[in-house]
Amino acid sequence: MSATVAVPQTQHAGEIERYTFAERLMHWLSGFTYLYCLGTGLAFYSPHLFWIAYVLGGAPTSRFWHPIVAIVFVLGTVWMHVLWSRDMEMTEGDKRWLDGIQAYITNHDEQLPLADRFNAGQKLYYWLMVYGALFLLFSGIFLWFPEYVPRQAAWVRRVMILVHEVAALVTIGGFIIHIYMSVFMEPASVTAMTTGYVNRGWARTYHRLWYLRVTGQKE
Amino acid sequence: MANGTLQIKAISGHAGTVPGKNTSRDYDVCKLIDVTTCIGCKACEVACLEWNGYPFRETVFDNTYQTMPDTAWNYYNLIRFNEHVNEDGTLSWLMRKDQCMHCADPGCLRACPADGAIVQYTNGIVDFQQENCIGCQYCVTGCPFNIPKFNPTTKKVHKCTLCSDRVGAGLEPACIKACPTGCLHFGTKDDMKDLAETRAAQLREHTSHKDAGVYDPPGVSGTHVIYVLHDINNPERYGGLPKDPRVPWMVRLWKGPLKWIGNFGMVAGIIGVAAHYMRFGPKAEAEPEESKK
Ligand code: HEM
Ligand code: SF4
Ligand code: SF4
Repeated sequence: MSATVAVPQTQHAGEIERYTFAERLMHWLSGFTYLYCLGTGLAFYSPHLFWIAYVLGGAPTSRFWHPIVAIVFVLGTVWMHVLWSRDMEMTEGDKRWLDGIQAYITNHDEQLPLADRFNAGQKLYYWLMVYGALFLLFSGIFLWFPEYVPRQAAWVRRVMILVHEVAALVTIGGFIIHIYMSVFMEPASVTAMTTGYVNRGWARTYHRLWYLRVTGQKE
Repeated sequence: MANGTLQIKAISGHAGTVPGKNTSRDYDVCKLIDVTTCIGCKACEVACLEWNGYPFRETVFDNTYQTMPDTAWNYYNLIRFNEHVNEDGTLSWLMRKDQCMHCADPGCLRACPADGAIVQYTNGIVDFQQENCIGCQYCVTGCPFNIPKFNPTTKKVHKCTLCSDRVGAGLEPACIKACPTGCLHFGTKDDMKDLAETRAAQLREHTSHKDAGVYDPPGVSGTHVIYVLHDINNPERYGGLPKDPRVPWMVRLWKGPLKWIGNFGMVAGIIGVAAHYMRFGPKAEAEPEESKK
């Protein structure tokens, strides 16, 4: 779903609406529930991080809430899919973008194919989280109610713990890059995700195809 | 059960050192169960309930002499009955006292994520500390003997304590005290091993049980509960005693290499993005105004 040009408001005069209120709510809901699951999950992951469970209200409390908050995270991800899946489809340009990702890493963005509402890196992260959430949900249910897994199928519990942990680690890898990109590399994106608006120059520089589309211009 | 008089040598989910590690000359304790002299009277089951203060729980009748199908969170100790038909058509009525084996390398403790929910004393007893338990049941996944049992109401896991509260006070476990035939013995691991081997040799020499032997499985570095069996080659006949119990390899992978790979990956990722910032810096600020082309 692509945003339309904003009705000029005094506080956002000359800016473009990048994220609707629903999109921002959905993003932060998913983000903070993920963060909670990350913290409590890491507490169970390593004795050296078990203190996180104390900070978050105690270990039995963390064990109680981790799966429940995770369900909210999954619902947030489903909502995200409803709002963004079309914008996240990989295109031919994205494939070339990924081939030339070296240029993106070294800040030579001008050498890359133009990005639409999301660039190929963002799309990759999106799909990583969607599939990550599916794997975490599926395996997490077995970890949530191990007492219902029959003794003869004990191997299922063992496999599911491994799946859960590997899926968590893979999403953590994406998450580190996501936070780094949005907070440090492109601080304007944090403003965009909180206020909903970006200035035209930023939109034109980093998301040219989207910019042209929503402003009704032609290249 | 917490026990202040016993030194601890291993703690679950614990970062850092442990007070009793390599500092104590405590004897390893051991319970010896000679299944060849067990008469299935269940005095030990009663003594266990009495000492631990549990009421008798509900059970189901399944046409055997067994009190209930499996041990439970408030029923640590169960005589398993098996009617085994031998090759020559004779019947062996096998009875085995089933409870925690107090493994020297306990899978439950390895798997547990909660600091101090499972401890191992220097005398070898493995004990659950329910106040620290988070109810995740990883211990169930880690145990090769199907021992830890979950209480769904309190969300805590329980198992045989080897009467650590009695042993810490210089007493023998309650089951030992109750056994009328002397099939249960308690003492140091060395003494019990000696006694067990003597009994097994006696069985081999003076009875038809030519395969009698001692069950002290090396896959978990030995246990602090050992059996004398009529037939050491077929422990499964005794109500599913595993032949070669080990901490499952997937549990080892999860608690060993996977942690190191994961920790390395996360730290490397954070260092990596920090290095990237220093080397390449943020993306260029875009012009606030639309640049006319
Ligand atoms: C999607 C639904 C999810 C469910 C139902 C779920 C459930 C669980 C459960 C029941 C456990 C066992 C520990 C405990 O009992 O609390 C667990 C562990 C864990 N969870 Fe989740 N979780 C989910 C999502 C997540 C997410 C989004 C993360 C974020 C990274 C995560 C990371 C972890 C980690 C790292 C562990 C520890 C694994 C270990 O012991 O090594 N989980 N999860
Ligand atoms: S038998 Fe199971 S519960 Fe008992 S010490 Fe060994 S692994 Fe732990
Ligand atoms: S359920 Fe078992 S593994 Fe989990 S915290 Fe309790 S004792 Fe440890």
